[in-house]
Amino acid sequence: MAALGSPLRTLRGLLRELRYASGRAGRPYRDTPAYQHIVAAFRAHRVTSEKLCRAQQELHFQAATYLCLLRSVREHTALHQEYHGKGERSPEEVAGLVGFRLPQQPGGKG
Amino acid sequence: MMWRGCCRLLWGRSPPVRLPRPLLVTGGSGPVGLGGGRAYAPPAERKRFYQNVSISQGEGGFEINLDHRKLKTPQAKLFTVPSEALAIAVATEWDSQKDTIKFYTMHLTTLCNTALDNPTQRNKMQLIRAAVKFLETDTVCYRVEEPAALAELQKNEWDPVVAWAEKRYNVAIGSSTSILGPNIPASTKETFVSHLASYNMWALQGIEYVITQLKSLILSMGLIDRHITVEKAVLLSRLEEEYQIQRWGNVEWAHDYDLCELRARAAAGTLFVHLCSESSTVKHKLLQD
Repeated sequence: MAALGSPLRTLRGLLRELRYASGRAGRPYRDTPAYQHIVAAFRAHRVTSEKLCRAQQELHFQAATYLCLLRSVREHTALHQEYHGKGERSPEEVAGLVGFRLPQQPGGKG
Repeated sequence: MMWRGCCRLLWGRSPPVRLPRPLLVTGGSGPVGLGGGRAYAPPAERKRFYQNVSISQGEGGFEINLDHRKLKTPQAKLFTVPSEALAIAVATEWDSQKDTIKFYTMHLTTLCNTALDNPTQRNKMQLIRAAVKFLETDTVCYRVEEPAALAELQKNEWDPVVAWAEKRYNVAIGSSTSILGPNIPASTKETFVSHLASYNMWALQGIEYVITQLKSLILSMGLIDRHITVEKAVLLSRLEEEYQIQRWGNVEWAHDYDLCELRARAAAGTLFVHLCSESSTVKHKLLQD
Protein backbone atom coordinates (compact mmCIF):
# COMPACT_ATOMS: atom_id res chain seq x y z
CA MET A 1 0.00 0.00 0.00
CA ALA A 2 1.32 3.37 -0.95
CA ALA A 3 2.15 5.87 1.75
CA LEU A 4 -0.39 8.65 1.54
CA GLY A 5 0.01 10.72 4.67
CA SER A 6 -2.88 12.02 6.71
CA PRO A 7 -6.39 11.72 5.23
CA LEU A 8 -7.27 15.14 6.63
CA ARG A 9 -4.47 16.69 4.62
CA THR A 10 -5.81 15.05 1.47
CA LEU A 11 -9.31 16.30 2.24
CA ARG A 12 -8.07 19.84 2.75
CA GLY A 13 -6.14 19.68 -0.51
CA LEU A 14 -9.21 18.42 -2.36
CA LEU A 15 -11.41 21.17 -0.98
CA ARG A 16 -8.83 23.76 -1.93
CA GLU A 17 -8.74 22.43 -5.51
CA LEU A 18 -12.54 22.44 -5.67
CA ARG A 19 -12.52 26.08 -4.60
CA TYR A 20 -10.10 26.90 -7.40
CA ALA A 21 -12.08 24.83 -9.87
CA SER A 22 -15.54 26.21 -9.16
CA GLY A 23 -15.65 28.24 -12.31
CA ARG A 24 -18.69 30.42 -12.02
CA ALA A 25 -18.64 33.04 -9.36
CA GLY A 26 -21.80 33.50 -7.35
CA ARG A 27 -22.30 29.86 -6.46
CA PRO A 28 -20.42 28.77 -3.37
CA TYR A 29 -18.35 25.66 -3.91
CA ARG A 30 -20.02 24.04 -0.91
CA ASP A 31 -23.16 23.65 -3.01
CA THR A 32 -21.44 21.61 -5.71
CA PRO A 33 -22.19 17.88 -5.87
CA ALA A 34 -18.46 17.15 -5.77
CA TYR A 35 -18.04 18.90 -2.41
CA GLN A 36 -21.02 17.12 -0.93
CA HIS A 37 -19.93 13.73 -2.27
CA ILE A 38 -16.36 14.06 -1.02
CA VAL A 39 -17.30 15.30 2.43
CA ALA A 40 -19.95 12.60 2.81
CA ALA A 41 -17.48 9.90 1.72
CA PHE A 42 -14.83 11.13 4.14
CA ARG A 43 -17.37 11.29 6.97
CA ALA A 44 -18.60 7.77 6.25
CA HIS A 45 -15.08 6.39 6.40
CA ARG A 46 -13.84 8.17 9.48
CA VAL A 47 -11.41 6.17 11.53
CA THR A 48 -13.16 3.99 13.99
CA SER A 49 -11.58 1.45 16.26
CA GLU A 50 -10.40 -0.80 13.44
CA LYS A 51 -6.67 -1.24 13.22
CA LEU A 52 -6.61 -1.50 9.46
CA CYS A 53 -9.66 -0.58 7.48
CA ARG A 54 -9.25 -1.65 3.89
CA ALA A 55 -12.17 0.37 2.59
CA GLN A 56 -10.81 3.48 4.21
CA GLN A 57 -7.39 2.91 2.66
CA GLU A 58 -8.94 2.44 -0.76
CA LEU A 59 -11.02 5.57 -0.40
CA HIS A 60 -8.01 7.53 0.70
CA PHE A 61 -6.04 6.32 -2.32
CA GLN A 62 -8.92 7.35 -4.56
CA ALA A 63 -9.07 10.77 -2.91
CA ALA A 64 -5.32 11.25 -3.30
CA THR A 65 -5.59 10.26 -6.96
CA TYR A 66 -8.40 12.74 -7.53
CA LEU A 67 -6.41 15.43 -5.75
CA CYS A 68 -3.47 14.71 -8.04
CA LEU A 69 -5.77 14.95 -11.07
CA LEU A 70 -7.28 18.30 -10.07
CA ARG A 71 -3.97 19.81 -9.08
CA SER A 72 -2.15 18.63 -12.21
CA VAL A 73 -4.90 19.86 -14.51
CA ARG A 74 -4.79 23.27 -12.86
CA GLU A 75 -1.00 23.50 -13.10
CA HIS A 76 -1.02 22.20 -16.66
CA THR A 77 -3.64 24.75 -17.72
CA ALA A 78 -1.62 27.54 -16.12
CA LEU A 79 1.53 26.46 -18.01
CA HIS A 80 -0.48 26.08 -21.20
CA GLN A 81 -1.85 29.60 -20.84
CA GLU A 82 1.61 30.93 -20.21
CA TYR A 83 3.58 29.20 -22.93
CA HIS A 84 1.39 27.41 -25.45
CA GLY A 85 -1.58 27.76 -27.66
CA LYS A 86 -1.11 31.39 -28.62
CA GLY A 87 0.15 30.71 -32.12
CA GLU A 88 3.47 31.89 -33.44
CA ARG A 89 5.80 33.92 -31.26
CA SER A 90 7.82 36.87 -32.41
CA PRO A 91 11.59 36.32 -32.84
CA GLU A 92 12.20 38.48 -29.77
CA GLU A 93 9.93 36.28 -27.65
CA VAL A 94 11.55 33.08 -28.92
CA ALA A 95 14.99 34.43 -28.15
CA GLY A 96 13.82 35.47 -24.69
CA LEU A 97 12.52 31.96 -23.94
CA VAL A 98 15.99 30.47 -24.19
CA GLY A 99 17.66 33.41 -22.50
CA PHE A 100 18.97 35.30 -25.52
CA ARG A 101 18.45 38.82 -26.69
CA LEU A 102 18.40 39.88 -30.32
CA PRO A 103 21.29 42.17 -31.23
CA GLN A 104 20.63 45.86 -31.45
CA GLN A 105 21.33 47.43 -34.79
CA PRO A 106 22.86 50.86 -34.30
CA GLY A 107 21.30 53.38 -36.62
CA GLY A 108 18.20 51.32 -37.35
CA LYS A 109 17.66 48.55 -39.89
CA GLY A 110 19.32 48.51 -43.32
CA MET B 1 -6.58 5.06 -29.61
CA MET B 2 -8.22 7.97 -27.86
CA TRP B 3 -10.48 10.57 -29.37
CA ARG B 4 -7.73 13.08 -29.17
CA GLY B 5 -5.75 10.90 -31.55
CA CYS B 6 -8.70 10.63 -33.91
CA CYS B 7 -8.99 14.40 -33.96
CA ARG B 8 -5.43 14.64 -35.15
CA LEU B 9 -5.99 12.08 -37.89
CA LEU B 10 -9.05 13.92 -39.12
CA TRP B 11 -7.17 17.17 -39.47
CA GLY B 12 -5.68 16.01 -42.73
CA ARG B 13 -8.90 15.50 -44.61
CA SER B 14 -11.67 17.52 -43.08
CA PRO B 15 -11.86 21.17 -42.02
CA PRO B 16 -11.16 21.75 -38.34
CA VAL B 17 -14.69 22.95 -37.62
CA ARG B 18 -15.90 19.40 -38.16
CA LEU B 19 -13.77 17.97 -35.39
CA PRO B 20 -15.70 15.43 -33.38
CA ARG B 21 -16.70 17.11 -30.18
CA PRO B 22 -19.34 16.21 -27.64
CA LEU B 23 -22.70 17.02 -29.13
CA LEU B 24 -25.91 18.09 -27.53
CA VAL B 25 -29.43 17.18 -28.50
CA THR B 26 -30.40 20.63 -29.63
CA GLY B 27 -26.87 21.78 -30.29
CA GLY B 28 -25.08 24.59 -28.53
CA SER B 29 -23.64 27.63 -30.20
CA GLY B 30 -22.66 27.30 -33.84
CA PRO B 31 -19.33 25.85 -34.83
CA VAL B 32 -16.39 28.04 -34.03
CA GLY B 33 -13.96 28.69 -36.83
CA LEU B 34 -10.24 29.26 -36.58
CA GLY B 35 -9.36 32.26 -34.50
CA GLY B 36 -6.95 34.90 -35.74
CA GLY B 37 -5.31 35.08 -39.11
CA ARG B 38 -2.02 33.43 -38.26
CA ALA B 39 -1.04 30.28 -40.07
CA TYR B 40 -0.21 28.30 -36.92
CA ALA B 41 -2.86 29.70 -34.60
CA PRO B 42 -4.63 26.92 -32.71
CA PRO B 43 -8.35 26.48 -33.27
CA ALA B 44 -10.52 28.64 -31.05
CA GLU B 45 -11.91 26.95 -27.99
CA ARG B 46 -15.63 26.59 -27.83
CA LYS B 47 -17.47 29.10 -25.70
CA ARG B 48 -19.09 27.84 -22.52
CA PHE B 49 -22.69 27.77 -23.72
CA TYR B 50 -24.36 26.42 -20.57
CA GLN B 51 -24.91 27.73 -17.08
CA ASN B 52 -25.66 24.79 -14.85
CA VAL B 53 -24.32 21.26 -14.86
CA SER B 54 -26.36 18.58 -13.15
CA ILE B 55 -26.53 14.82 -12.89
CA SER B 56 -29.58 12.64 -13.38
CA GLN B 57 -30.10 8.95 -13.06
CA GLY B 58 -31.35 7.26 -16.21
CA GLU B 59 -31.92 3.69 -17.27
CA GLY B 60 -28.36 3.03 -18.43
CA GLY B 61 -26.69 4.78 -15.52
CA PHE B 62 -25.88 8.37 -14.61
CA GLU B 63 -26.27 11.13 -17.17
CA ILE B 64 -24.89 14.66 -17.36
CA ASN B 65 -27.19 17.60 -18.09
CA LEU B 66 -25.86 20.92 -19.33
CA ASP B 67 -28.75 23.23 -18.47
CA HIS B 68 -31.61 21.07 -19.77
CA ARG B 69 -29.78 19.34 -22.57
CA LYS B 70 -28.28 15.91 -22.18
CA LEU B 71 -24.59 15.48 -22.89
CA LYS B 72 -23.78 13.19 -25.80
CA THR B 73 -20.64 11.49 -27.03
CA PRO B 74 -18.83 12.39 -30.28
CA GLN B 75 -20.74 9.54 -31.96
CA ALA B 76 -23.99 11.08 -30.68
CA LYS B 77 -24.70 8.37 -28.16
CA LEU B 78 -26.23 9.35 -24.86
CA PHE B 79 -23.48 10.00 -22.32
CA THR B 80 -24.11 7.57 -19.47
CA VAL B 81 -21.63 6.34 -16.88
CA PRO B 82 -21.99 3.40 -14.50
CA SER B 83 -20.93 5.07 -11.28
CA GLU B 84 -22.28 8.12 -9.48
CA ALA B 85 -18.85 9.23 -8.30
CA LEU B 86 -17.62 9.16 -11.90
CA ALA B 87 -20.63 11.20 -13.03
CA ILE B 88 -19.91 13.76 -10.31
CA ALA B 89 -16.26 13.98 -11.38
CA VAL B 90 -17.28 14.43 -15.03
CA ALA B 91 -19.84 17.07 -14.07
CA THR B 92 -17.16 18.87 -12.07
CA GLU B 93 -14.96 18.92 -15.16
CA TRP B 94 -17.71 20.58 -17.18
CA ASP B 95 -18.61 22.96 -14.38
CA SER B 96 -15.02 24.08 -13.85
CA GLN B 97 -14.67 25.37 -17.42
CA LYS B 98 -14.49 29.12 -17.21
CA ASP B 99 -15.29 31.10 -20.36
CA THR B 100 -14.27 28.53 -22.93
CA ILE B 101 -14.47 24.75 -22.90
CA LYS B 102 -10.97 23.32 -22.84
CA PHE B 103 -11.41 19.75 -23.98
CA TYR B 104 -7.73 18.96 -23.48
CA THR B 105 -8.16 19.38 -19.72
CA MET B 106 -11.18 17.06 -19.46
CA HIS B 107 -9.49 13.70 -19.21
CA LEU B 108 -12.32 11.85 -17.47
CA THR B 109 -14.84 13.03 -20.06
CA THR B 110 -12.47 11.88 -22.80
CA LEU B 111 -12.08 8.47 -21.18
CA CYS B 112 -15.84 8.03 -20.83
CA ASN B 113 -16.33 9.02 -24.46
CA THR B 114 -13.76 6.44 -25.50
CA ALA B 115 -15.38 3.74 -23.42
CA LEU B 116 -18.87 4.59 -24.74
CA ASP B 117 -17.98 4.98 -28.41
CA ASN B 118 -15.07 2.54 -28.54
CA PRO B 119 -13.74 4.35 -31.64
CA THR B 120 -11.18 1.66 -32.44
CA GLN B 121 -13.87 -1.06 -32.34
CA ARG B 122 -11.74 -3.44 -30.35
CA ASN B 123 -13.15 -6.25 -28.30
CA LYS B 124 -12.07 -7.27 -24.83
CA MET B 125 -9.40 -9.76 -25.92
CA GLN B 126 -7.82 -7.29 -28.35
CA LEU B 127 -7.63 -4.69 -25.59
CA ILE B 128 -5.97 -7.16 -23.23
CA ARG B 129 -3.47 -8.29 -25.87
CA ALA B 130 -2.58 -4.66 -26.62
CA ALA B 131 -2.04 -4.02 -22.92
CA VAL B 132 0.09 -7.11 -22.32
CA LYS B 133 2.17 -6.42 -25.43
CA PHE B 134 3.58 -3.44 -23.53
CA LEU B 135 5.32 -5.88 -21.20
CA GLU B 136 7.83 -6.74 -23.95
CA THR B 137 8.95 -3.12 -24.10
CA ASP B 138 8.23 -2.15 -20.51
CA THR B 139 10.09 1.01 -19.44
CA VAL B 140 11.22 -0.45 -16.11
CA CYS B 141 12.76 -3.52 -17.79
CA TYR B 142 15.07 -1.56 -20.08
CA ARG B 143 18.23 -0.54 -18.28
CA VAL B 144 21.28 1.44 -19.29
CA GLU B 145 24.90 0.51 -18.61
CA GLU B 146 26.25 4.03 -18.65
CA PRO B 147 26.36 6.61 -17.20
CA ALA B 148 26.95 4.65 -14.03
CA ALA B 149 24.94 7.07 -11.89
CA LEU B 150 21.85 6.59 -14.03
CA ALA B 151 22.33 2.82 -14.08
CA GLU B 152 22.46 2.81 -10.30
CA LEU B 153 19.43 5.08 -10.06
CA GLN B 154 17.45 2.73 -12.30
CA LYS B 155 18.52 -0.25 -10.22
CA ASN B 156 17.58 1.42 -6.94
CA GLU B 157 14.26 2.84 -8.11
CA TRP B 158 12.96 0.25 -10.54
CA ASP B 159 14.10 -3.01 -8.95
CA PRO B 160 11.68 -2.74 -5.98
CA VAL B 161 8.69 -2.25 -8.31
CA VAL B 162 9.70 -5.17 -10.53
CA ALA B 163 10.23 -7.30 -7.41
CA TRP B 164 6.80 -6.28 -6.11
CA ALA B 165 5.14 -7.25 -9.42
CA GLU B 166 6.96 -10.59 -9.51
CA LYS B 167 5.78 -11.37 -5.99
CA ARG B 168 2.25 -10.02 -6.41
CA TYR B 169 1.55 -11.93 -9.61
CA ASN B 170 3.93 -14.80 -8.94
CA VAL B 171 5.72 -14.40 -12.28
CA ALA B 172 9.23 -13.94 -13.63
CA ILE B 173 9.94 -10.60 -15.32
CA GLY B 174 13.57 -9.57 -14.94
CA SER B 175 15.36 -6.73 -16.66
CA SER B 176 17.90 -6.32 -19.43
CA THR B 177 20.46 -3.90 -20.80
CA SER B 178 20.19 -5.38 -24.30
CA ILE B 179 18.37 -3.53 -27.05
CA LEU B 180 16.18 -6.60 -27.47
CA GLY B 181 14.89 -6.25 -23.94
CA PRO B 182 14.30 -8.93 -21.36
CA ASN B 183 13.12 -12.38 -22.25
CA ILE B 184 9.63 -12.47 -20.78
CA PRO B 185 8.38 -16.05 -20.34
CA ALA B 186 5.07 -16.95 -21.98
CA SER B 187 3.65 -17.96 -18.60
CA THR B 188 4.12 -14.40 -17.35
CA LYS B 189 2.11 -13.01 -20.23
CA GLU B 190 -0.61 -15.59 -19.70
CA THR B 191 -0.84 -14.64 -16.04
CA PHE B 192 -1.33 -10.98 -16.91
CA VAL B 193 -3.84 -11.85 -19.66
CA SER B 194 -5.97 -13.85 -17.25
CA HIS B 195 -5.64 -11.19 -14.55
CA LEU B 196 -6.73 -8.42 -16.91
CA ALA B 197 -9.64 -10.55 -18.10
CA SER B 198 -11.20 -10.12 -14.66
CA TYR B 199 -11.79 -6.40 -15.39
CA ASN B 200 -14.79 -5.10 -17.31
CA MET B 201 -14.55 -3.26 -20.64
CA TRP B 202 -14.68 0.21 -19.08
CA ALA B 203 -11.90 -0.54 -16.64
CA LEU B 204 -9.83 -2.14 -19.40
CA GLN B 205 -10.05 0.98 -21.56
CA GLY B 206 -8.75 2.91 -18.55
CA ILE B 207 -5.97 0.40 -17.86
CA GLU B 208 -4.78 0.52 -21.46
CA TYR B 209 -4.84 4.31 -21.29
CA VAL B 210 -2.67 4.35 -18.17
CA ILE B 211 -0.26 1.83 -19.70
CA THR B 212 0.19 3.88 -22.87
CA GLN B 213 0.74 7.03 -20.82
CA LEU B 214 3.30 5.53 -18.43
CA LYS B 215 4.77 3.28 -21.14
CA SER B 216 4.82 0.49 -18.59
CA LEU B 217 2.50 -2.35 -17.69
CA ILE B 218 4.29 -2.95 -14.39
CA LEU B 219 4.01 0.66 -13.18
CA SER B 220 0.37 0.74 -14.28
CA MET B 221 -0.48 -2.39 -12.34
CA GLY B 222 1.31 -0.92 -9.32
CA LEU B 223 -0.98 2.07 -9.65
CA ILE B 224 -4.16 0.08 -10.23
CA ASP B 225 -3.32 -2.22 -7.30
CA ARG B 226 -2.71 0.89 -5.14
CA HIS B 227 0.89 -0.11 -4.48
CA ILE B 228 2.34 3.23 -5.60
CA THR B 229 0.85 6.72 -5.84
CA VAL B 230 0.34 8.57 -9.11
CA GLU B 231 3.21 10.93 -8.33
CA LYS B 232 5.54 8.01 -7.69
CA ALA B 233 4.47 6.12 -10.82
CA VAL B 234 5.00 9.20 -12.98
CA LEU B 235 8.38 9.83 -11.38
CA LEU B 236 9.46 6.24 -12.09
CA SER B 237 8.14 6.44 -15.64
CA ARG B 238 10.18 9.61 -16.27
CA LEU B 239 13.24 8.46 -14.35
CA GLU B 240 15.79 9.13 -17.09
CA GLU B 241 14.27 12.55 -17.81
CA GLU B 242 14.43 13.42 -14.12
CA TYR B 243 18.07 12.37 -14.09
CA GLN B 244 18.83 14.58 -17.07
CA ILE B 245 16.92 17.47 -15.45
CA GLN B 246 19.06 17.15 -12.34
CA ARG B 247 22.14 17.28 -14.50
CA TRP B 248 21.21 19.90 -17.08
CA GLY B 249 18.48 21.94 -15.45
CA ASN B 250 14.72 22.16 -15.59
CA VAL B 251 12.83 23.97 -18.33
CA GLU B 252 9.37 24.94 -17.15
CA TRP B 253 7.66 25.07 -20.54
CA ALA B 254 8.86 21.61 -21.51
CA HIS B 255 9.63 19.49 -18.44
CA ASP B 256 7.05 20.83 -16.00
CA TYR B 257 4.46 20.99 -18.76
CA ASP B 258 4.99 17.32 -19.61
CA LEU B 259 5.09 16.34 -15.96
CA CYS B 260 1.75 18.00 -15.16
CA GLU B 261 0.10 16.55 -18.22
CA LEU B 262 1.37 13.03 -17.54
CA ARG B 263 0.30 13.24 -13.90
CA ALA B 264 -3.15 14.45 -14.88
CA ARG B 265 -3.58 11.69 -17.44
CA ALA B 266 -2.27 8.92 -15.20
CA ALA B 267 -4.44 10.12 -12.30
CA ALA B 268 -7.52 10.33 -14.54
CA GLY B 269 -6.93 6.83 -15.90
CA THR B 270 -6.38 5.33 -12.45
CA LEU B 271 -9.44 7.01 -10.98
CA PHE B 272 -11.47 5.90 -13.98
CA VAL B 273 -10.41 2.26 -13.50
CA HIS B 274 -11.18 2.33 -9.79
CA LEU B 275 -14.55 4.00 -10.20
CA CYS B 276 -15.57 1.66 -13.02
CA SER B 277 -14.52 -1.59 -11.39
CA GLU B 278 -15.66 -1.15 -7.82
CA SER B 279 -18.91 -2.38 -6.47
CA SER B 280 -19.35 -0.18 -3.50
CA THR B 281 -20.85 -1.80 -0.48
CA VAL B 282 -21.06 0.05 2.76
CA LYS B 283 -20.92 -2.10 5.82
CA HIS B 284 -21.86 -0.37 8.98
CA LYS B 285 -20.28 -1.55 12.14
CA LEU B 286 -22.79 -3.10 14.45
CA LEU B 287 -22.77 -1.60 17.85
CA GLN B 288 -23.21 -4.06 20.62
CA ASP B 289 -25.46 -3.18 23.47
